[in-house]
Amino acid sequence: MHIERPEGLDEALAALAADPHATLLAGGTDLMVEVNLTHRRPASVVALRRVPELREWDERMIGAGVSWARMESGPVTGLAQLARTVGSPQIRAVGTLGGNLGTASPAGDALPWLAALDAEVVLASDRGRRRLAWDEFLLGPKRTARQPGELIVGVQLPEALPPHQAFAKVGVRQAMVIATVNCCVVRDADGATRVALGAVGPTVRRARRAEALVSGTVRPSAAVLDRFEALVREEIAPIDDHRASAAYRRHAAGVLARRTLERCWS
Amino acid sequence: MSEVLVQRPTVRGGVGESVPRPDAVPKVTGRFDFLGDLHAEGMVWGATRRAWLPRARLVRVDVTPALTMRGVHAALTQDDVPGHRYQGQKVTDQPVLAEGEVRTWGEPVAVVAADDPETARRAADAIIVELDELEPLTDLDEALARGSVFRHVRVRRGDPDARGEVVVEDTYTTATQDPAALGTEAGLAVPDGLGGLDLWGPTQWTHVDRTQLAACLGLSPEQVRVQPCRLGGAFGSREDLSLQTHLGMLALRLGRPVKMVYDRTESFVGHVKRHGARMRYRHEADRAGRLVRVEAQLLLDGGPYELTSSAVVANSSYFALGPYRCQRVEVDGYALRTNNPPSGAMRGFGANQPCFAAEAQMDRLAEALGLDPLELRLRNAIGPGDHLATTGQLIEHPLPTAEVIRSVAAIPLPDALAPADDDPRRLPGGTGLTTPRDRVVRGVGYAVGLKNLQFSEGFDDYAEARVELTAEGARVHTAAIEVGQGMVTIIAQVVRSTLGVSQVEVAFDHTGRIGSAGSTSASRQTQMAGNAALEAATVVRTQALERLGGDHLDDAGVWRGEQLLAPLAELVADGPIEHHVRYRHRPTQQPDADGQGALHVDFCVAAHRAVVDVDPDLGLVRVVEIAIAQDVGRALNPQQLHGQIEGGIAQGMGHAIMEEVVLDAGVIRNASFTDYLLPTCLDAPEVEAVLVEQPSPWGPFGAKGMAELPTMSATPAVVAAVRAATGRALTRAPVRPEDVVGDLR
Ligand SMILES: Cc1cc2nc3c(=O)[nH]c(=O)nc-3n(C[C@H](O)[C@H](O)[C@H](O)COP(=O)(O)OP(=O)(O)OC[C@H]3O[C@@H](n4cnc5c(N)ncnc54)[C@H](O)[C@@H]3O)c2cc1C
Repeated sequence: MHIERPEGLDEALAALAADPHATLLAGGTDLMVEVNLTHRRPASVVALRRVPELREWDERMIGAGVSWARMESGPVTGLAQLARTVGSPQIRAVGTLGGNLGTASPAGDALPWLAALDAEVVLASDRGRRRLAWDEFLLGPKRTARQPGELIVGVQLPEALPPHQAFAKVGVRQAMVIATVNCCVVRDADGATRVALGAVGPTVRRARRAEALVSGTVRPSAAVLDRFEALVREEIAPIDDHRASAAYRRHAAGVLARRTLERCWS
Repeated sequence: MSEVLVQRPTVRGGVGESVPRPDAVPKVTGRFDFLGDLHAEGMVWGATRRAWLPRARLVRVDVTPALTMRGVHAALTQDDVPGHRYQGQKVTDQPVLAEGEVRTWGEPVAVVAADDPETARRAADAIIVELDELEPLTDLDEALARGSVFRHVRVRRGDPDARGEVVVEDTYTTATQDPAALGTEAGLAVPDGLGGLDLWGPTQWTHVDRTQLAACLGLSPEQVRVQPCRLGGAFGSREDLSLQTHLGMLALRLGRPVKMVYDRTESFVGHVKRHGARMRYRHEADRAGRLVRVEAQLLLDGGPYELTSSAVVANSSYFALGPYRCQRVEVDGYALRTNNPPSGAMRGFGANQPCFAAEAQMDRLAEALGLDPLELRLRNAIGPGDHLATTGQLIEHPLPTAEVIRSVAAIPLPDALAPADDDPRRLPGGTGLTTPRDRVVRGVGYAVGLKNLQFSEGFDDYAEARVELTAEGARVHTAAIEVGQGMVTIIAQVVRSTLGVSQVEVAFDHTGRIGSAGSTSASRQTQMAGNAALEAATVVRTQALERLGGDHLDDAGVWRGEQLLAPLAELVADGPIEHHVRYRHRPTQQPDADGQGALHVDFCVAAHRAVVDVDPDLGLVRVVEIAIAQDVGRALNPQQLHGQIEGGIAQGMGHAIMEEVVLDAGVIRNASFTDYLLPTCLDAPEVEAVLVEQPSPWGPFGAKGMAELPTMSATPAVVAAVRAATGRALTRAPVRPEDVVGDLR
């Protein structure tokens, strides 16, 4: 197996240009599991840990190499909340935002936040950069629009971050558990609300009818919230698997979305 | 003979002290060599090729593609087993490697040895295996209907016409639980150049492994030295062979050491599990709350091979109604043969499943009678002088059922969730921030457990130990296996207090050096290996005193009155003083056709109280606290008792709300720690434990085995608490969020 250890972004992009199908390695918390399970046997690897540009985090952009530990103590509320739920302290010390996007698991915890924020994913190759809306980037379970030779540079945030952001995740353990359902709700100052849910479909979903129902209303009534819950349940497509039944996921998604919405003004 | 006047020293590290384990520091600092750390010069690595269907006709196995790979030294199938091709502790019905038919998902079909683990794994994958899929038998009622039964235990006792006015009945289910020891299966076989070998593998009883290995490898028992192992956990799962025979075959074939380590996924198919069960119960009581009649049908999922299932189902049947009196009992327990993963021993050994069902029945009965659930239990609690409701055995030794119930009830309840307390880690859902405080409902539930100690039903149950006294102190030899539970500490404490000498070391011997100590299971070794060591130490002490005509032995040496006759070095100048003991507990009987008889040597009880916080809308549960009152005989090492209690409770509460091997037509859907959820430190509850000390008349210094009970009744107590919080029937363990939410379309 061939391993490249670039020490800067240009070097990394050059390495990828030379070997467009090389496997990218960030924290390895997804990749190494797959290698151990023999689901993947990379022939060549480009290791990204030494690329300082990927660890940058400014107003508009969070680098792909930023760890959960940094997100957890960072200034972005929704992101900090979701980062706290990821794995264990060891996983959070090395796992990255870019890795979560790279894997694009239907249960990935960063994805509802990305979707609720209408954030964009920034990709780069030696031929330049492109920005994809989250729903252009996420194509299906573990499928993204990343092309060979490209890497994820980071997440581009909207001009103003919503003042209200809340994240919640259902799992059968107090911590370190893969989401049965996860949910992020953000609300702008004018009441515009966006609701995204994960693990309830092939990829993260926005509940747009539910959003429309509560956007603008200052403080929805109980009846409106009931309707909101019902709409959320209609807008998702959960499946039965070994973690939960589709019926439970549908039910829990409604409860979770409503509670997460309520946190936006509490 | 020297005549020095010195102060008599008192023994350090004797019984009653919380002596630290000798392996504690090496284990937490990473300096302890577990099985997976073993190494031998020139060793090669083994790997296993497994079947991917729960049931199939084995059409063809072709190892040629593996053998032609570079770095591969051997690829063996069932045709290559040198001796008997089937293994098993009680009945040898498990093929060493699949033969003719695959009977369970992940069954080993072939083994390879190669220069490194990766090559071995690839070689195993390269073997051509052709399977012709067959319909698997996975449902318990269907297995019963088809007569696919390893053992039927029938218990009938009392007046067949006894009937109670108040009746509760239901069907209960417990899912398969994995022992999930942190150390996966690993082992090393080293040929001795004389046709035999030394073998290190995961075990709880080296001598019973030796019997099976010698037969399968075509060797005499003396040629197989099963070495004491350094386990990362057992819980019963190491009572049956896993990779040992495969290692032995490869090492003998190649004449060089072979090592094998299972990864986590392989481990899930590589060891036995707690039987999943379906249990139908009918309890009848009179208006005064006395149990009049209990009928139970217990179906246990044994998987395809007998292993210990026939003994497990006996325990389920004899402890089918818990520590209660009852006029009429009818129990039919069945260990069933299916194509689900093989089941075997796991902490509690069959007593846990009926405890879950029967304790739920007691709560139902209390409700039907309008009685407090503890009051109902107290009205029926058995103790010395009573007869076990199932087998009719007279309880002769202390059995503090009423005391553990009263003691656990007397422990103050934890504080209510404080209004200001919004640390999410204390709320259901934890760091997931799912649950506002005002949606939390608290529940409290109780359960009581009863179990036998040691082997039962007429088994010739013994343990050997040898104690030698040298100038350095005493050394205890035993083949008993330390699985992490702390027997190594207890035996040394017993010998210190018996001899009066502080410097005591425990030497774990291989099967060629000493006779069997029996299994480290059935809560046995404190009493069995402990008593063997105690008796041997008693004789050594007597001989030491007799050598010099002394009347007292301690660290200084042998004394007569106030006079030190000789220090230890002088006492043993002509050679160590040693004594070997084979200790047997009093014999037990075999059951008659109605399951009657003095089948057990002794019993142990515990009572749990669980306090849970539930989010009924999402069905999430946080176990706040578990209180336990535990019968221990005498506390030889209080810290270790608390360790067993806390660990056992974590395992029992795990099975109550998360631990389940998810089976789908015989296939395990969650064979990893990503999805087989074990409680983390945020899930493990606070534990309040009371040790109830009523000395055993035959245990060393009054001690009783106890380490299974903390697991047993923890599961039903937690589920009872969730029932109390939600009002749901919850007849299944573990309780899943959707069971709590209920009524989902
Ligand atoms: C014990 C454990 C617990 C976990 N818990 C959670 C959890 O609670 N929630 C959750 O969402 N996930 C969880 N995960 C999964 C994993 O930790 C996360 O998905 C993590 O964000 C992956 O990041 P990484 O840096 O380790 O990625 P890696 O494993 O290094 O890479 C993951 C994938 O992304 C690709 N990749 C990495 N960086 C880039 C890049 N810059 N550009 C393009 N592709 C890239 C890789 O090629 C690979 O395909 C858990 C994993 C473990 C082992």
